[in-house]
Amino acid sequence: MNIAIQFAYLIASVLFIIGIKKMNKTKEARTGNQLSALGMLVAILATVVQVQSISLVEILICVVIGSAIGLYISVKVEMTQMPEMVALFNGFGGLASLAVASSDYWLKTQELGQHVGPIIGTSAALSIFIGGLTFTGSIIAFLKLNGKISGKPIMFKGQHLVNLLLLIGAVVAAVVALMNQADSIYIIALVAIALVLGILVVIPIGGADMPVVISLLNSYSGMAACTTGFVLNNNVLIVSGALVGASGIILTQIMCKAMNRSLMNVLLGGFGQTASESGGEGEEVVVKEVGVEEAAMLFDAATSVIVVPGYGMAVAQAQHVIRELSEQCEKRGIEFRFAIHPVAGRMPGHMNVLLAEANISYDKLIEMEQINDDFSNTDLVFVVGANDVVNPAARNNPQSPIYGMPILNADKARTVIISKRSMGVGYAGIQNELFGYDNALMLFGDAKQTITKVVSEMKEM
Amino acid sequence: MSLESLIILLYVLVLASYLGFELISKVPPTLHTPLMSGSNAISGITIVGAILACNELGYGTVSKWLGMLALILATINVVGGYAVTDRMLKMFKKKK
Repeated sequence: MNIAIQFAYLIASVLFIIGIKKMNKTKEARTGNQLSALGMLVAILATVVQVQSISLVEILICVVIGSAIGLYISVKVEMTQMPEMVALFNGFGGLASLAVASSDYWLKTQELGQHVGPIIGTSAALSIFIGGLTFTGSIIAFLKLNGKISGKPIMFKGQHLVNLLLLIGAVVAAVVALMNQADSIYIIALVAIALVLGILVVIPIGGADMPVVISLLNSYSGMAACTTGFVLNNNVLIVSGALVGASGIILTQIMCKAMNRSLMNVLLGGFGQTASESGGEGEEVVVKEVGVEEAAMLFDAATSVIVVPGYGMAVAQAQHVIRELSEQCEKRGIEFRFAIHPVAGRMPGHMNVLLAEANISYDKLIEMEQINDDFSNTDLVFVVGANDVVNPAARNNPQSPIYGMPILNADKARTVIISKRSMGVGYAGIQNELFGYDNALMLFGDAKQTITKVVSEMKEM
Repeated sequence: MSLESLIILLYVLVLASYLGFELISKVPPTLHTPLMSGSNAISGITIVGAILACNELGYGTVSKWLGMLALILATINVVGGYAVTDRMLKMFKKKK
């Protein structure tokens, strides 16, 4: 019996691995996700057969409640809200690991009066610590992303010292708890410290850095599951936790690289505050405006167009009219592509999902490295709701806070039209010198309204 | 737990992490959001531990309640994570 269960766990692990492998190709990704889900089902069934039939009722009740909530969220969530949802789910994962590890620890030390060995004890303490930190950290990230609390960094004096002291406190609490296992107060203290520390490490990080934070918390939720695997001596938890942990770390690295920041720099927080001070002193940018008729004529006359979408496009709900624009252009035989910066949107790959939702074919969405050399032989670049990712200051102004960040070479195109509500600054809080360039034209107004007008002008041509 | 079983678990951890890095670095940036929500669902594997934790003693115990809390949360992750990932991946279409 036991060997059959272990074998089922092995099958589940293999299905998770094949599932992720299939994510390498957009065509097979959906099958991959379904295989992964099948693996989960196998793991769950192999676990359910181990429990006493008397416990099945409450297990079923919990599963029904959880499934209903999960399904409700997955159907209701808007694609723009995906970062919040992922943040929330990271938090749930962390809290679940904390609860499983402490349930096991509590059962053994408090209810059965046993002594837990150093390996399981350490694993349980790690699981509780990482899980607790992931939970509250994710909740803060969730609240920042959906605007319930300000996205601005919250800093106070001695913040890093407080965090360091709490970290030391957590280690001490864990060690003392493992030495006095009959006394539950220390393990409760560990839980409390982890929860407080989770809040404190995320509040100083600004809204623009949230893609890094949710990637990192994603990794932590995997590590929490992994350490829980050590507590329960269960390989499938370790394998899956390691896969998720690795995934989160890779995404974190990609995000940091795309912003030219070190992970340490992001975690210490406060980005965007100093930037706004130095940004104010730049000289006034003189811009040229373009009307919708003229913009429509420029599109009509072009042979190649590249759209640079930013999160502002999704805020204005302009992705569907941009698809209409692409249809108008393709009807005229104009090459029409999208240049996707790694930090476009608010989480890794977010922009691709937003455009896919608007029925834009995924082979039109080109990554930065692939498309950056094409800008110089492109007639028209259309920047919608993006700002810092096309700011040439990142290339040629060492004083700029975004200097060194890889950008899309939109300025190299023959003509650049920038759709913008006003002359406001981007996330980094700095002026964009591209707007003053000779080949740059500003199309002021709400992106959805102005592009709709451009499309109707083109239809009449 | 004996040191031997710890070593085996560490082997599993190291090899799985290495495999994870290899596989995930090949996922195209287009799919990074579904990758994240999908790995959210995979981290719901704690559901296995949660089910076992629910199988303990009577209702009066802290362990049982913690297990049930964990089970609800892990189920939300598993069901919600896979469902929303499927919903997203369904949208990725290529025009013929």
